[in-house]
Amino acid sequence: MGQTLQRAAQWTTATDGQSGKLEFSTLNEDLLNTVLNFAEGPGGKSPEEGKLVFKKPLTWTTALKPSAFSGSGYIEKGTSVVSEATSPKDNLPLLELSGNKLSVLSLEYAENVLRVAGDKKMVELRACLEENKDPVANMLGDRFATVDGADNSIFRYHEEITKEIELLSKQSDESEEKRRELEEKKLVLSLRLKLLRLDEQMLNASIIKITNDVRLNPKIVDGEVSVLKQVSGEDDNRYALQYINYFGENYVYQNGCRAQPWRQLNGDICYLIIKCFDVEQPLYVTANTSGYYLNKGPSSEKTGQLDYERPDSDTYRELVTMIKAKSRHFADMISKQEFNIKQQKDRDLHLAVAQDDDQDMEATARSEHHHHQYQSNKEQTQRDEKDRKKIQPARTKLEPSLKWKNLSLDDEQRSHKSDHRHVSKRFANAHESRNKSMKTPQADQEDHFSESSTESEEEEEAIERRPEANADLPSEYWQIQKLVKYLKGGNQTATIIALCSLRDFNLTQETCQLAIRDVGGLEVLINLLDTDEVKCKIGALKILKEISRNTQIRRAIADLGGLQTMVKILRDQDKDLKCLAAETIANVAKFRRARRTVRQHGGIKRLVHLLDCVKLNSTVMTPEMEMSVEVARCGALALWSCSKSKKNKEAMRKAGAIPLLAKLLKSEHENMLIPVVGTLQECASEPSYGLAIRTEGMIEDLVKNLKSSNQELQMHCAAAIFKCAEEKETRDLVRQYGGLDPLVGLLSSGTDDKQLLAAATGAIWKCSISPENVQRFQELKAIDMLVGLLNNQPEEVLVNVVGALGELAKDPPNRMAIRKAGGISPLVNLLTGTNQALLVNVTRAVGQCAEEPDNMIIIDKLDGVRLLWSLLKNQNRDVQASAAWAICPCIENAKDAGEMVRSFVGGLELIVSLLKSEDKEVLAAVCAAIANIAKDEENLAVITDHGVVPMLAKLTHTTDDKLRRHLAEAIARCCNWGNNRISFGKERAVAPLVRYLKSKDENVHRSTARALFQLSKNPENCITMHEAGVVKPLIKMVGSKDEDLQESSAGCIGNIRRLALANEKARYS
Amino acid sequence: MASKQGRQAKEQAITNLLKCTRLSREEISLLIDRFSELCQKEEGKLHRLEFRDELNRFFNITDDILMDRVFRAFDKKSTGTLKLEDYVQGIGKFLNGTTEDHVQLCFDAYDLNNDNYISREEMFQLLKSCLVKAPTEEDPDELVKELVEIVMKKMDKDHDGRVSLPDFRAAVEEEKLMLEALGKCLPDEKCKLTFQEMLRMSGGRYNSAGSVSISEQRDKEARRHQKGHQQKMMVY
Repeated sequence: MGQTLQRAAQWTTATDGQSGKLEFSTLNEDLLNTVLNFAEGPGGKSPEEGKLVFKKPLTWTTALKPSAFSGSGYIEKGTSVVSEATSPKDNLPLLELSGNKLSVLSLEYAENVLRVAGDKKMVELRACLEENKDPVANMLGDRFATVDGADNSIFRYHEEITKEIELLSKQSDESEEKRRELEEKKLVLSLRLKLLRLDEQMLNASIIKITNDVRLNPKIVDGEVSVLKQVSGEDDNRYALQYINYFGENYVYQNGCRAQPWRQLNGDICYLIIKCFDVEQPLYVTANTSGYYLNKGPSSEKTGQLDYERPDSDTYRELVTMIKAKSRHFADMISKQEFNIKQQKDRDLHLAVAQDDDQDMEATARSEHHHHQYQSNKEQTQRDEKDRKKIQPARTKLEPSLKWKNLSLDDEQRSHKSDHRHVSKRFANAHESRNKSMKTPQADQEDHFSESSTESEEEEEAIERRPEANADLPSEYWQIQKLVKYLKGGNQTATIIALCSLRDFNLTQETCQLAIRDVGGLEVLINLLDTDEVKCKIGALKILKEISRNTQIRRAIADLGGLQTMVKILRDQDKDLKCLAAETIANVAKFRRARRTVRQHGGIKRLVHLLDCVKLNSTVMTPEMEMSVEVARCGALALWSCSKSKKNKEAMRKAGAIPLLAKLLKSEHENMLIPVVGTLQECASEPSYGLAIRTEGMIEDLVKNLKSSNQELQMHCAAAIFKCAEEKETRDLVRQYGGLDPLVGLLSSGTDDKQLLAAATGAIWKCSISPENVQRFQELKAIDMLVGLLNNQPEEVLVNVVGALGELAKDPPNRMAIRKAGGISPLVNLLTGTNQALLVNVTRAVGQCAEEPDNMIIIDKLDGVRLLWSLLKNQNRDVQASAAWAICPCIENAKDAGEMVRSFVGGLELIVSLLKSEDKEVLAAVCAAIANIAKDEENLAVITDHGVVPMLAKLTHTTDDKLRRHLAEAIARCCNWGNNRISFGKERAVAPLVRYLKSKDENVHRSTARALFQLSKNPENCITMHEAGVVKPLIKMVGSKDEDLQESSAGCIGNIRRLALANEKARYS
Repeated sequence: MASKQGRQAKEQAITNLLKCTRLSREEISLLIDRFSELCQKEEGKLHRLEFRDELNRFFNITDDILMDRVFRAFDKKSTGTLKLEDYVQGIGKFLNGTTEDHVQLCFDAYDLNNDNYISREEMFQLLKSCLVKAPTEEDPDELVKELVEIVMKKMDKDHDGRVSLPDFRAAVEEEKLMLEALGKCLPDEKCKLTFQEMLRMSGGRYNSAGSVSISEQRDKEARRHQKGHQQKMMVY
């Protein structure tokens, strides 16, 4: 049943890190009923099967009380209950209930649970399936886990059993235990087969269901309308809608439609008029077989007729979804009331939502749960909003079920929009006032304005959370308001007092930050920056620096033009002022628009200028020197923030930041080093910086700081090395300065800082591209530590760890080391992941490991090749290519490779079909894999049947040397079957191959010569080759030092010559 | 003035003053010249009004009360006029005094009745005029009183209802900006620079004739403030 549960059942999207929930839909309901029947009834199960002990318990959160399990067969232990019966193997009770966790170890007890649950059995079953996504795997073991694509686990299992039976019959004196084990295996098989049949049944049933549901029909429409009528009325506190009615004559045609027959031709079913409380105009809706959409309402020309034109192109699958989108009140009401109405009286509505009686009780339980979830998810939803926005423009708005929780979506979007409007309006105002006070070029401002309006939309991650109007405002709010009043209405003395007093508030607290904004304090503070009073400016900046940690404040500061003024201040005489301005810019420039503003107003240049301080580590520091160092530090902080934009990196480089940063890197103070290395790390992704970091001699300092005791600094250093070490020289330098040791040291430090781990492993990955570094890592026993990190790490760490292992495994002794450290099995396990970057690295690492036959045995045992093979179906081309490369050594080194490959049902067809890919790397990898597959004659026959010959022939026109090499290899191998040689000739593959000999790549020559030698065994091909001028280059290659090449070339020439001789002989005899 | 005796007296004064200021010999010499230039009414004694002119013109200190208070602070012996030593020492504190000098000077200036405490009443006097535009619906005096309370809260460390010198010093150490919390009585960096420039350029003999008088300047000042204020209000 795994397949059905994974594919057909409608899961809610998982949120909050929880697993998804089964939605309340009729489809799911039917599925659950089928499963229930299977589990409960005799259903063809034999008692032995019922007693079969699961491999892993099915565990779920239950609503059952321990008291339910009273009676014989159960032992009570305090709050928990266990069954008397235990599993024979490890003596675990077959049923255990402690707290609200229930674990069951056999079907028999599962059945018991359902019986005990009585009318709540559906609840239990649902919880069980929700928490055990793949019950089959739990019951029968991982080998039967549901996988995408060809699944031949049963066949293998069957084979295994037959083999054992044979063995047993031969050695009749085998122990009893063996026999019992075999019996158990048989049981597992039969149960698996039954489950499979169940799966099939359910899939079939759900397909019928799904096909029925695809189009609207009059019945569905009438159902929905009658449901909505139940929730409509005049009182807007109690009802969700004012009214909903059919539009036009109340005549129902025989087919159930209400639309006029000529409109029915267009698929219209009926027309609705819906009045919401908060939308002035009633909505006129067309119910069409393709879905619900708005029409333009009553026609102005003909009375009683509608204007069928559509004002917009949105089509909705369900009426509720549509109204939710149009009316906020409706959405609110529904989310508030949840299932209240339905529960009390409205049978119809209830039926529409949940067709089973069983669900009623559960629905209430769930509604509470949902409500709770809704609350806790609110934040999450806000964050996810951006993603949803992308979904929104889809033409047909499909909302898979009546899931009330989703209602929050639309209404939040709406509020968000209005907020946004609010912001932009204020923004416009601010600009008007600035136009008067500042003399920036008009054109620039317009450009700025239009750009920012579009951009702010896409990057608005902060949602305004205004306190509700009637909510009690904290006392701070009023105090701050008072102080801002002094700011506005006082001379500089009063201003300074107010500023100092403002600083006494806890400005890190959001209420205070927002209070300053809400009482209009930001405007005054920013305006103060434009005055001549140094003290006022300092006071204002001190406050701005603190409150700009808040994302909303940042945006507001940028909107009010604060950045421009602060950039101006950067050139001020006063060093305090410069520092504060730079620090504030560092805080504000955390989002893209702000970074751009800083650049456009020349801020980058000035910030870079700040870095230029006299002397860093001189023994005697005057206060003035300290101050200038502080200025440099603040400048570095601001540049760090700014350096997240590509153009800013460029601007920084042009302004001469690199040598200055190099100088500052010599500092000994962590608070200076962190922003400097942070900036470098950020910029190192640009190739120009990578080079400069090396040539300016910064690697040495980076390595030195790797040994610092500050984790953040270490992290940035490692990240910088990670990004720079793409270059060989850099990698060498890291080694020469002894940077590899601290990198490995970071792994063993047992740190919990995942970012640090990710950076360190990343640096190791890149550094291990150089063989000399691999040597050092070997000495440092890096592999053991890396393998240790394969478990329980977040993906960003895993990607780098696996990448490093892949690089290290290029050296043969390391492959063995990985095996000895127990790394093969976690690596193979990672093949089931979904992260594309990780998969690329994992496949590469597994491929490298497979080069060693001993490793290959383990990989094969873990079914790794099958996993690799299924990754060929991945959407990502890099993953495809990498998987195909990894398959090559597997086939080469696996015992019985041909048999193994054949056992992948559909596998050969799949790999041949990848020859249609457009990606050169994928093609080359697949060709290499095919060359290996074709070593086995039977497999060669199969792929020939799948049409590998014409597809390879089609690729021969490529100019890519890597592809040419592997393509020629594949052609050479494929010639060994039937009349493939002739087919290649017919498909015109021969002449292009001859051209490969002109390539500069020796490898291409070798494989091409081999292919030509094979092809030349056919006389027709000889003629084609000869015509294409093959002889001359081949003769040259006969003189090659490469024996392989010599031999193939000579063989090919021999064949051509023989043909010529035979020809002559024929002519003269 | 260029007599030999005069020069000798000046040398003597310079050596004396070098001991009790942080100024260079050259600066002291220029200041002495400046002093004699300023003393128009009576030689060797600088009168209040003359000093106020100077404060206003070069140090941008414009508040009536504070100008007098700074005069008092300079006038150590309370003679009603400034002697050469008073002048040079005072200006020396202005130009490159330590923070302690500044704290002392400001405290003296704010302590209107010289009882070594700044009381609420004194603060009220000082802050009376600092609200440029009081909102119509509220009593301006009330607003000033509230402002006084804010300052009190920040400065009165020992909670005795008045601010002593240690209180004041602690408040300033905590927040440098509080130094001039009750009104401007120190020159800012720009003023210092222009003053020193002036001394060097004119050799202390900058002629006040032809420059704008106090009252005119004050008008200008008021306008400037208003303008600055308008700029602030424009956002609304």
